[in-house]
Amino acid sequence: MSTISEAPAKHVGQSIRRKEDPRLITGRAQYVDDITVHGMLYMSIVRSTEAHANIVSIDSADALAMPGIKAVYTGEDLSDLLAPLPMAWAPPGVEVKVPERWPLARGKVCHVGDAVAMVVGEDKYGVVDAAHAVRVEYENLPVVVDVEEALQDKTIVHEALGTNKTHEWSMGGGDVDAAIAEADIVIERRIVNHRTAGASIEPRGVIAEFRGGDLTVWSSTQVPHLLRLFYAVQMGISEDHVRVIAPEVGGGFGSKLQVCAEETLAAWASRKLKRPIKWIETRSENLAVTHHGRDQVDYVRMAAKSDGTITAFHAKIIQDCGAYFGLLTPMIPELGAFVMTGCYKIANVKTDIVGVITNKYITDAIRGAGRPEMTHMIEVTIDQLAAELGMDPAEVRRKNFIPKDEFPYTTPYGITYDSGDYEKTFDRALEMLDLPALRAEQAELREQGILRGVGYSTYTEICGLAPSRAVGPKGFGLGIGLYESALVRVHPTGSVTVFTGASPHGQGHETGFAQIIADRLGVDPANVEVIHGDTATGPMGLGTYGSRSLAVGGVAAAHAAEKLALKCREIVAFNLEASVDDIEVGSGKFHLTGDPDQGMTLAEVAGCAYIDANAMPEGMELGLEQTLIYDPSNFVFPFGAHLCVVDVDAKTGKVEVKRWIAVDDCGPAINPMLINGQVHGGVAHGIGQALYEQIVYDDAGQLVTGTFMDYALPTASEVPSYELDRTETPSPSNSLGVKGIGEAGTIAATPAIVNAVIDALRHEGISYIDMPLTPLRVWQALQEARGDGDGPRDGEQGVELPDQGVSSAGSGPTKPEGGVA
Amino acid sequence: MIPAAFDYAVAESVDDAIRLLGEGGEDARILAGGHSLLPMMKLRFANPSLLVDLARVSELRGVQVGDATLTIGALTRHADLQGREEYGLIGAAASQIADQQVRNRGTIGGSLANGDAAADLPAVLLALGGSVVVRGSGGEREIAAEDLFQGYLQTSIAHGEVLTHVKVPDLAAAGYGYGYEKFNRRSEDWAMVGVCALVKRAADGTCEDVRIGLTHMAQTPLRASAAEDALRGQPLDAEHIAAAAEHAADGTEPTGDLNATPEYKQHLARVLCERALTTAAG
Repeated sequence: MSTISEAPAKHVGQSIRRKEDPRLITGRAQYVDDITVHGMLYMSIVRSTEAHANIVSIDSADALAMPGIKAVYTGEDLSDLLAPLPMAWAPPGVEVKVPERWPLARGKVCHVGDAVAMVVGEDKYGVVDAAHAVRVEYENLPVVVDVEEALQDKTIVHEALGTNKTHEWSMGGGDVDAAIAEADIVIERRIVNHRTAGASIEPRGVIAEFRGGDLTVWSSTQVPHLLRLFYAVQMGISEDHVRVIAPEVGGGFGSKLQVCAEETLAAWASRKLKRPIKWIETRSENLAVTHHGRDQVDYVRMAAKSDGTITAFHAKIIQDCGAYFGLLTPMIPELGAFVMTGCYKIANVKTDIVGVITNKYITDAIRGAGRPEMTHMIEVTIDQLAAELGMDPAEVRRKNFIPKDEFPYTTPYGITYDSGDYEKTFDRALEMLDLPALRAEQAELREQGILRGVGYSTYTEICGLAPSRAVGPKGFGLGIGLYESALVRVHPTGSVTVFTGASPHGQGHETGFAQIIADRLGVDPANVEVIHGDTATGPMGLGTYGSRSLAVGGVAAAHAAEKLALKCREIVAFNLEASVDDIEVGSGKFHLTGDPDQGMTLAEVAGCAYIDANAMPEGMELGLEQTLIYDPSNFVFPFGAHLCVVDVDAKTGKVEVKRWIAVDDCGPAINPMLINGQVHGGVAHGIGQALYEQIVYDDAGQLVTGTFMDYALPTASEVPSYELDRTETPSPSNSLGVKGIGEAGTIAATPAIVNAVIDALRHEGISYIDMPLTPLRVWQALQEARGDGDGPRDGEQGVELPDQGVSSAGSGPTKPEGGVA
Repeated sequence: MIPAAFDYAVAESVDDAIRLLGEGGEDARILAGGHSLLPMMKLRFANPSLLVDLARVSELRGVQVGDATLTIGALTRHADLQGREEYGLIGAAASQIADQQVRNRGTIGGSLANGDAAADLPAVLLALGGSVVVRGSGGEREIAAEDLFQGYLQTSIAHGEVLTHVKVPDLAAAGYGYGYEKFNRRSEDWAMVGVCALVKRAADGTCEDVRIGLTHMAQTPLRASAAEDALRGQPLDAEHIAAAAEHAADGTEPTGDLNATPEYKQHLARVLCERALTTAAG
């Protein structure tokens, strides 16, 4: 482990305005759909209308007869592909049954929207009309939509696998069964963490141009280098002949951490037709066939002593993978399992995960990826524990927090939390809340039929995805290690270009990375350009996801700049005839310690390095450029406390978020404004899942929420003005001390809302409601509690599924009719 | 999200629009604000052969305040009406339609002619006892609100007729108070249920007249007649308003959807009715 660097922090720590924003807010940014390549054709996809069916015939005669249509291809035409679409997780010692998935269906479709054929033509409207004209005859097969029903294998989606159960994966520490047997109290709960969409504002899009043996692809992706690697494998093109560019990317939230069928199809067709091919996803396609997230049924058990000390926590997770696997599908719940104990010291822990195939679209990483689900489990369960013990939920949390003097702390799973001070963030949040005042308001408002509640969520999460030894093939089982690259290039005039392997899509790397570099090289961040998302420019990179860009990519850039700074100091020392130890970087120049007038600017140093070799120390390599790969020693573990105040309309069941207090700790801030932006968006994402958003399929596997009218993303009207603060506990794992913040808000948010709603309703006899807490669900819970149940009907949101033989102990069955316990 | 091919024509006048519609055949449609029609076309739920754009027919835009009647041009945008107290209930309802971008483009005539029972204005027109004026090749006729709405997205406006004006009695001037309660998940959504109420208080404090409109409780907007009858002549106090509101859903058979069961919609109608009446009774 390295120590915290002593680089002068003049720009780091400042809320510098985003360098990206002028082009974004004036409409000058260039997204995939803004790019036109000479001779470009357009592609439209014929998609399955059935959830599970054999393809009897495909008649493309009418489509081919339409003006400007160049070709219609089906799965059989793509027989020269060398590999199916990838799934990148092969954990040592675990058998994972992987359903084969090709860019176009081969003989059978397994979900609504499965790609059946592609139409290529001259006109972007014409190809859509032609796709409508392709006639596909289906022979319908039985459909299985419910994950627990699928687990019974009565209807099997992939005959070749012989089962819908793809894998089982368990991790444990201590002795959960013994602890439960000895416990004073055991809380049990069935929790449905429902399916959501990434819903980036820019949908996916790709242009592929195969010209003269070289493939160039522009794609709205979070992972350009992984995409290039996969093109090489699947299409048999040497990597040096493949260039992938992620131009401006309008949001990803994990949904563009994927290798997509359409990316292959555009490239394949371009090679076939010798023309560039463009495909831009529609919003309807984005909701149907850009990977979904979450979708688990969880059975949890928490054991405790009567004083509130938690002695064991067990989760059985049934994961709805959808019809196939995406790049990371089966490993998503496992990522959450690594922080299963949250910020608590629990000696006995076990996670059992089962992956299940259904006739729905694939699930994969969406903001938080496994960690929001796990945080939800422990945070709603700990509130129930407090309620059943008659304790304050704040007190139960405090009692079980890992004390700050025990860090680095190794969990029963062998994961080492780097640093933390959980009481500090929680105390600060409670101070901002003013609980006594809130309880007084709560009592007053209740008289008026408004049920006010407050909910807590204290979290830690695992991010900064790396290190390679831990996550790679011989560790957790990813097909590639996760490190990050940086290339820092000082130009002859002293301006700086940084190439990062991270691939931002809205986060603000161009600003934050520039601040880091600027301080290390004594320049203005305005003169530091950050280049990303082009495999032809910088070194190999792994992309942006898992809140990894700063803690891995940013540190790589910092280290590269520090190496260059040392070289600069040597050059300056040579020219001033001083010792290198007496040269430091200050405001605008490298100078003698204690004498800022005696020094050289970066431009002057660059002049020596590029122009005047006589001004360079004997034997020193000319130029000022440094490439560096950084592979950290550990993950990073940001943490914090989120407090939510809601009002529930006692008559209609509508929930309104009144206040949101978040105190997060992601180590020393590089740019506090960027952090706040991530927390705002992250919490909004969590509010969306908790109250509004849900992907719904009916019993026939038809997508019910296929537009933004039905898939209810929250808008500015639905989110509160956030009250934010931070503490700064450095991570010892990297030299900047930084931790990720991109997913933290989403990870923390949902249990804060659910706990707040339950706090508002507990006096009515309601102790749990599954998300999303729609007005209907809350009203039904109130009806049920008041003994006037209407009960949910089949096929609507809020329908609960029968238990599947999960043993019950302790506090008894947790799921009466209506999804309310 | 790309509509099927269609033709487009700009009408220079109402008569020009009528001519173009006649020539365009039965799949020709009027384009006003486009905020219902164009999304339907992008989803290919609507596939008109011709759009006749009224945007240049400026005579159809604007509000005339008469002695006892507001005459509102069909192309008057929601944004022109929203929050204007002089337009009473219409102004209050217009301010809750979707979001500002939609209100900046959407028109009162388009909303009424579209006949969506989840939209805000149809039930408002019904409760106000308003009417629409339509013109076709055979001349002009006036259709009362109760005769206008025939079913889901169906009105009694014949093909080839153009809705030119909306007429509503100026009930604010007649001493009515009003209330509008819209219930939705997000502020920009269609109403899960909406209730508008108009109440005229007699000199003795009782209810001289009451009119209640229900949004999204059927395939068409409805009047809550049972609740109206229960309140008329009664004191306008909380107890009687609550008792009347209990009848708000009487006789309704709303269909369930993703967000609401029929029972929940009926419950909402009763709750919202009480709130709207309370506001309207001042």
